[in-house]
Amino acid sequence: MAERKKSVDAVIIGYGWTGAILAKTLTDAGLSVVALERGPARDTSPDFEFPRIADELKYGVRGDLWQPLANETVTIRHSPNDVAAPYRKYGSFVLGNGVGGAGVHWNGQLWRASPEDLNLRSHIEGRYGKKFIPPEMTIQDYPVTFAELEPHFDHFEKVCGVSGTAGNLRGQIKPGGNPFEGPRSDEYPTPPLPPIFAAQIFEKAAAELGYKSFPVPAANSSIAYTNPYGVRLGPCNLCGFCERFGCFLYSKASPQTTLLPILAGRSNLEVRTNSYVTKILLDDTGKIATGALYIDESGREIEQPAPLVILSAFQMHNVRLLLLSKIGTPYDPATGKGVVGKNYAYQMCAETAAYFSEDVEINPFIGAGAAGQRVVDEFNSDHFDHSQVGFIGGSLIYAGATGGRPIDQMMVPPGTPAWGEGWKAAIRKHYRHSAPLGTQGSVMSYRDRYLSLDPTYTDSHGLPLLRMTFDWHANEYKMAAYSASKMEEIVRAMKPEKQATILMRPGNPYDVRIYQSTHTTGGAIMGSNPSNSVINRYSQSWDVSNLFVYGASAFPQNIGYNPTGLLAGLAYFSAAKLLDAYLKSPGPLVQA
Amino acid sequence: MPAATLGALGIPACSDNRRTSASSSYAPTYFRSAEWAFIIAAVGRLIPSEGMGPGGVDAGVPEFIDRQMELPYGHGAYFYLKGPFLDNSPPTLGYQLRYTPREIYRLGIAAANSATQKLQGKDFAQLSAADQDRFLALMEKGETAFSTVPATVFFAQLLANTKEGYFSDPLYGGNRGMVAWKWIGFPGARADFTDWIDQAGRHYPYGAVSISGATDG
Repeated sequence: MAERKKSVDAVIIGYGWTGAILAKTLTDAGLSVVALERGPARDTSPDFEFPRIADELKYGVRGDLWQPLANETVTIRHSPNDVAAPYRKYGSFVLGNGVGGAGVHWNGQLWRASPEDLNLRSHIEGRYGKKFIPPEMTIQDYPVTFAELEPHFDHFEKVCGVSGTAGNLRGQIKPGGNPFEGPRSDEYPTPPLPPIFAAQIFEKAAAELGYKSFPVPAANSSIAYTNPYGVRLGPCNLCGFCERFGCFLYSKASPQTTLLPILAGRSNLEVRTNSYVTKILLDDTGKIATGALYIDESGREIEQPAPLVILSAFQMHNVRLLLLSKIGTPYDPATGKGVVGKNYAYQMCAETAAYFSEDVEINPFIGAGAAGQRVVDEFNSDHFDHSQVGFIGGSLIYAGATGGRPIDQMMVPPGTPAWGEGWKAAIRKHYRHSAPLGTQGSVMSYRDRYLSLDPTYTDSHGLPLLRMTFDWHANEYKMAAYSASKMEEIVRAMKPEKQATILMRPGNPYDVRIYQSTHTTGGAIMGSNPSNSVINRYSQSWDVSNLFVYGASAFPQNIGYNPTGLLAGLAYFSAAKLLDAYLKSPGPLVQA
Repeated sequence: MPAATLGALGIPACSDNRRTSASSSYAPTYFRSAEWAFIIAAVGRLIPSEGMGPGGVDAGVPEFIDRQMELPYGHGAYFYLKGPFLDNSPPTLGYQLRYTPREIYRLGIAAANSATQKLQGKDFAQLSAADQDRFLALMEKGETAFSTVPATVFFAQLLANTKEGYFSDPLYGGNRGMVAWKWIGFPGARADFTDWIDQAGRHYPYGAVSISGATDG
């Protein structure tokens, strides 16, 4: 029998970005809140202190900040008729863990979605006709517009001290920014860092080809900055220990560097770490959540009652907890009915390595997760005419090293031996003189790509693992090849001695062994009604109105941008509605 | 790169063939003596002392691998190792064996020595360098059949750990004296490029530092 704690006003499941945003919102409103985090407590000091954090093996390879797969992983199969195999070792994606979640080890590339990403189906149908969308493609519109989210994108950028250059300020196209972005109400809060050398060469090449490159919007603050909550961030020094690391300089925005300092002393907030939630509890009607059940560090099962439940774990964990709690109807690919687990999507990325001569000093170790990088957005979203290319979606194309980590990011040209004297000579010749470029591409959602519970494999508590059914579709192979051809064109103009591209081609199935993207999406998607979605426009469950679900699980299909800006915008949009309406009068915010 | 520059960086321009002496002071904890001979020999071929640049044995890679075997990593603590284990899952779905890294080495080294005994009547470590290279290539391509752990899995583990030991911070026992960092020009745990934000494209002149604060002079 579970120990039953005293009821609080709200329980938060998962204390990463969206958990922290909701913790602030709800405690500001005077609610008593308990946040349950499966991983350990983590803070800049002592957990990310220099020099211990500058350890590639520990953080970049073994992944000590990631979720330990030994306790819980996912299973993966390529199609609904296959047997899924456990994801036993990290490869394709890395999952966050502990206070701050994936917001600790992320890169800080903080994008908004493009306006047409949010009404994708109606936009594509309107521009290209209904037949342009293949029948198996299950993309749908968000039930919220860019204009509605814009103030919240703007706020979150200010919370994070994002460095960047506006490209569309209140409808006016500005030089040096992204001309394809939706109109923004304000500039970025901090100026961009100058381009690192690989990005400088890219910028010049892109300009020669007529493309408009601009700084990657970077939640790596470029200056000493105080955010709207009074929390101070420091200037990024391009230390190279950013992507996969916690920031020792208080430069990379994370819950620790933006939100948690003001929450730390609040008497109406209790954070319980090492608390592994196994179920959202429901009353007898199944329509009202009554709290969360979790297992604490010593293995005790504990019930935390609360009349408001915030599900703010990572995308996959949100979906798994809904399924374990039997909330909503699980998606069935045979009938297309049911919504929980529907529209899982991913990203498709390509890379081009540019190998320069030894007098070109790339210095790949000088860099950050986002700061100092440059990008072009011409071939993303619907920024170009798709009528002749035969696919939907697109990619951003970016240049800039993220640390030049020797174990994980050593670049040698194709044909170089993998070991022996030839390899040893090649690493010296190329390490300081090679530059990585990448595309980050959208993946659409499809009827046969979804999440469900695995019938065989379990976590360390005996509960079913989440099962992913995913492979690429023709649309994405075409999209990635098109994007890669544009990237290769830019790289040729950068005039390296050699260049080589890694690209998934038709016949290459999804390969979990290779890191590609942690931007997994869908499974608890947002939509206009209960038959096409798990949550409404305010992130509220259609089935259980006192349950709100946050994160990239809400995305009906994936975008060619990093997801954090969009999912934080959706969380702040919801938080505003909670304050305005829900907390005053709990109940469904949208009538089904 | 002229030899004079290499000398200034403290890197021997040619091999001085310290393959065995460099690791002789370290007594392995996990590996048994025949296994240890295999590790030293194999690392000595994967990153040889021949040619310019530090060899893996001189850099302490065997010690690194042995020490890793005693850490949670060696015991498989980073991996999901619950069954059932599928034997016909496509390779693109990743590692599906029951073995921890420790077990992969134990089984893989035994299988490798048994294969070289069959081929040439000697353990791997007793083969000539050229024969060792040929046998490593057979494992790499899966052209020798092991009855326990697949040769390709064992080889991939060995090569990955060898490169980890070569490039990781010296605190783990490899990359002694930061030799691998000096060789490629990686400044290690320096992590401060404030003064370089405006100097993109210039040669970076400073040497490596380690987490312990050691510098390369």
